[in-house]
Amino acid sequence: MKKPLVCLNKMTIEETEQDIIEEFEVFDEWLGKYELLIDMGKSLPILAEKNRTEDKIIKGCQSTVWLHSELADGKIIFTADSDAIITKGMVALMIRVLSNHTPDDILNAKLDFVDKIGLTQHLSPTRSNGLVSMIKQMKLDALAYKSKNSVS
Amino acid sequence: MSNSKTIPNTNFPIEKIREDFPILSRKVNGKALIYFDSASTAHKPQVVIDAIDAFYKYQNSNIHRGVHTLSQQITIEYEKARSIVQEHLNAKHAREIIFTKGTTDSINLVASSFGRKFIFEGDEIIISCMEHHSNILPWQQLCKERGAVLKVIPISDEGELVMDEYKKLLSDKTRIVAVTHISNVLGTINPVKEIIDLAHEKNIPVLIDGAQSVPHSSVDVQELDCDFYCFSAHKIYGPTGVGVLYGKESLLKIMPPYQTGGGTIETVTFEKTVFADLPLKFEAGTPHISGGLGLGAALNYLNEIGLKEISLYEDELLKYATEALNKVQGVKIIGTALHKVAVISFVIERLHPFDIGTILDQLGIAVRTGHHCTQPLMQRFGVAGMVRVSFSFYNTKDEINIFIKGLEKTISMLK
Repeated sequence: MKKPLVCLNKMTIEETEQDIIEEFEVFDEWLGKYELLIDMGKSLPILAEKNRTEDKIIKGCQSTVWLHSELADGKIIFTADSDAIITKGMVALMIRVLSNHTPDDILNAKLDFVDKIGLTQHLSPTRSNGLVSMIKQMKLDALAYKSKNSVS
Repeated sequence: MSNSKTIPNTNFPIEKIREDFPILSRKVNGKALIYFDSASTAHKPQVVIDAIDAFYKYQNSNIHRGVHTLSQQITIEYEKARSIVQEHLNAKHAREIIFTKGTTDSINLVASSFGRKFIFEGDEIIISCMEHHSNILPWQQLCKERGAVLKVIPISDEGELVMDEYKKLLSDKTRIVAVTHISNVLGTINPVKEIIDLAHEKNIPVLIDGAQSVPHSSVDVQELDCDFYCFSAHKIYGPTGVGVLYGKESLLKIMPPYQTGGGTIETVTFEKTVFADLPLKFEAGTPHISGGLGLGAALNYLNEIGLKEISLYEDELLKYATEALNKVQGVKIIGTALHKVAVISFVIERLHPFDIGTILDQLGIAVRTGHHCTQPLMQRFGVAGMVRVSFSFYNTKDEINIFIKGLEKTISMLK
């Protein structure tokens, strides 16, 4: 059932979101959902040490997220890590959805799958984790690459 | 408090008390709520909610202003609340009780007003390593503005102040000592009487942050002889947005106003203002009237149950939970002082506090995780954060049992 975390196929963002919704739908209870999330966190590919630097940190109040992005063939590849495993699971979900897409697609992504899989509280504007800031940073990176492309 | 003799308290009317708190019957994530975060904010008994409700329904009017009946009646009620606080702290005069927005506001008031009058370049201010940010930042900013120096009393591995170091820090340059009565993270009850006496030997005034002590024990400001004492209503079962600064009249009188505006004056011309007497000098603008009434109701409620009984019962919970937590594999309790209140912070090897708190929340158990607004203290213990459980007299041993089972489940999920 587990899907590769970095999608190398040609799925759109919406298709990946739909896949994730179906994976989570199997579980009626929070327990299964969180176990899946924790598994996803544990399977997140290791962030290269050279990218685990101070300037890559997106600080939430409680858990820390490191986010690195680079452009390859017009698409943004995200890699990331977190010191909390549940946040890491959320990070893995975001990477699976947004990585390997064009800046435009990333900027237009609505990301409403988080609500549909019943994990909305992770997107609440509390200071409890860095996820909201992470999504913002992913979109800012996309915007930066987009502007860079249009200039060059 | 654990320095009093703990005897099994079977007569504590826990069931009746729980009925006084409407929120305790609600469910969270489909489970009966277990609230172990009272050190952050405590729940409100029905009598407090009723007092606030009654104000807006039947008594609403501005205080200290109008000649009409409503205004006069509510002024009397508001001043009654001040007298309840005065009696509760055993202050000499009601005018020594200043209503503020909370502990943070009270400390800012003193740092700003006392600071402008008494702190100059090269002066020193003493705080401790276990202070809440609210009792660090106002002093740190003041030092920055006035060119003064912040000195910090270190703590031991058990989480107790190193008193010998404190004695060494007290000097001719020290202008004020500001320490917490009880640590919000470690639960440590500090020897504030000794701290005050030592400072007074050198004529140095002392501010005590009582945010965590007023909910658990009786405080006598005359016996302590502290110069300032601060606390928040919301941690003692009252409303948010209101708190207290007690100050000795002799000091408050010579301190300049903190904020200025309506209510603080005798006469105003464009050239000059004559400020009102205490306490109004420090209460600019229309105050949190319902908050003051709610605070009065909360203190009356606490006194009806009895702080001694509350303290004995909470000590039992502390002892019970400490023993149970110590049996859970991987748990390390931070803060093992001899004298503690019912606050336990802990870490679990290789697990992030955020993950622990998130899973416990799914089980309906509310704990606090993170740095608890005490980052220097986290640095002292070399951790990024901790999990904290804090108990109130509305909690039970059964809840602790469920929490321990939940914690074991959490650990097995996360490992």
